[in-house]
Amino acid sequence: MIGKYLPLLASSLRRKRLRTFFTIASILVAFLLYGLAASLQFALKSGVDVAGADRLLAMHKVSFTQLLPASYESRIKAVDGVVAVSPQTWFGAWFRDERNQFPTFPSDPEAYLRIYPEIKLAEEQKQAWFADRAGALVGRAIADLYGWKVGDQVPLRSAIWRRLDGSDTWDVTVRAIYDLPEGGDTRQIVLHQDYFEEAKQQAKGLIGWYVIKIDDVNRAQAISRQIDLMFANSPAETKTSSERAMAQSFVNQVGNIGAILSAIVAAVFFTMLLVTANTMAQSVRERTNELAVLKTLGFSNGGVLGMVLAESVLVTALGGLLGMFCAWWIGVQFGPTLDQYLPGFRVPPEAFTKSVLYMLALGVVAGAVPAWQAMRLRIVEALRRD
Amino acid sequence: MNAMPVEVAAGTSIVRIRDLVKDYRRGAETVRVLDGLSLDIQQGDFVALMGPSGSGKSTLLNLIGGLDRPTSGTLEVDGLRVDELSEGSLGRWRADHVGFIFQMYNLLPVLTAERNVELPLLLTNLDREQRMRRVAAALKLVGLEHRARHRPRELSGGQEQRVGIARAIVTDPTLLLCDEPTGDLDRKSGDEILNLLEALNAEYGKTIIMVTHDPHAAERAHRVIHLDKGMLSEGSG
Repeated sequence: MIGKYLPLLASSLRRKRLRTFFTIASILVAFLLYGLAASLQFALKSGVDVAGADRLLAMHKVSFTQLLPASYESRIKAVDGVVAVSPQTWFGAWFRDERNQFPTFPSDPEAYLRIYPEIKLAEEQKQAWFADRAGALVGRAIADLYGWKVGDQVPLRSAIWRRLDGSDTWDVTVRAIYDLPEGGDTRQIVLHQDYFEEAKQQAKGLIGWYVIKIDDVNRAQAISRQIDLMFANSPAETKTSSERAMAQSFVNQVGNIGAILSAIVAAVFFTMLLVTANTMAQSVRERTNELAVLKTLGFSNGGVLGMVLAESVLVTALGGLLGMFCAWWIGVQFGPTLDQYLPGFRVPPEAFTKSVLYMLALGVVAGAVPAWQAMRLRIVEALRRD
Repeated sequence: MNAMPVEVAAGTSIVRIRDLVKDYRRGAETVRVLDGLSLDIQQGDFVALMGPSGSGKSTLLNLIGGLDRPTSGTLEVDGLRVDELSEGSLGRWRADHVGFIFQMYNLLPVLTAERNVELPLLLTNLDREQRMRRVAAALKLVGLEHRARHRPRELSGGQEQRVGIARAIVTDPTLLLCDEPTGDLDRKSGDEILNLLEALNAEYGKTIIMVTHDPHAAERAHRVIHLDKGMLSEGSG
């Protein structure tokens, strides 16, 4: 039914091709920005989604870059409600090229897998990893990226830690490759804490932070407080909070970028609203006579209103869909490269749904006034204006 | 005021106008363009409306075509009180019963000839194939089937007007209203258009009301009605 009016709508867009092109291009840029902002926010938020509420992180009160004594582990383990504790340290690993960095943590293998039960790996690989002090548990994404297989020896370089011989190369053997449920980020390597402690040159007896699994999510605050009180007034005071809260606070800090981007996108959308409204108003003004002819031929007021609105929505939809396509394409093309900094950088499905609503809303609002004017056009006066 | 209606021909009245008044407001002033006009036009007639500029010819044509509303009086077309129709009904009625032919053709420049002719059919329930068949027939009737895919700017003035005529007749309306159809054409093209209108009247029985300044064009009509200062007087065509 509507299809028969499409040639009429399309021909209206062809009237001033350059103007239509620039309008569509502007809308494209607005939706591209929206798509990229949504991708960024999605990437930042994905860390929070996978973070567990039953996991606590105890780190140095001053900064997470300050180290904690390894001796805290046994004391934390003794706290009522603590199920497992594993030390972790930022290793700063890279492979072949310093740009190829990925999160790597020396940890207690058995405790680590108890704390992160969502990690999936074959039993024989798990046992092999437990048994080999120089073994590494490698995420599927990293293994796929570099073509690593179980049994491969990999020379990891560390940007922070040197071995006793002064070298920054840490030869590890891939003993297990893990997966995560759908959407989980598997760009991570876990090493043996014992091996790391023994072989590192500096900061002996110190670790980065503790990951703690608790038995009751509702007691997270109480346990955190108890741990922090335990080390209060010591040279290395702790600050303990849930992994999710920590991830959220990190996102909140970094997420300001997302908020700024959102504000920019909102401003761009508003500008686009004005641009599109102006284009439509101009287009209707130029076609006063033609609209009057259509009404003469029997097109109803509602029909003319609908036609101008449809034209406006067509413009925003064309620009919007192209913009979202470009954002999606950027996610597909550059997402893997950005994964080490922004894992999961891609346009989330809900952003596509929202964008369609925005396109419709932008088209309707921008076309509303010109459509109203077109609808109210008095045939005789409009024909006389020609 | 014309107390007695001017009858243009014997037979069934397709247009019946009584005591028609049309006032316009120009600032604070009210201008009476048609002053108590009464008129009957018979089915199948070809009427020329003549008169000086501002005499109300186009206003009368617009009222008959339902493009404007009278200030007072009654206006019946084919037995229907057009002056009483709502805005929406008036649009539907125009689409079904009236074909308009304009001096400046008023084709949509971005559409091809066939798309222009198709426009009134978009309001019908015909499918694309049926619409295209009718468009082809209308274009053939005006001798422009070979120019169907051309845009108005690729056509001569006479050809554009013929496309305008095809658009006016494609829905097979009862009434053709022509506002200076040859006013923007040279004599030769104008004659072609008038021949076409004559043929539509004679062969297809279309009732035609044509506003014109041109006595040469008016000669083709069966009857000529003169309008002056909003009042009618009859003369032979």
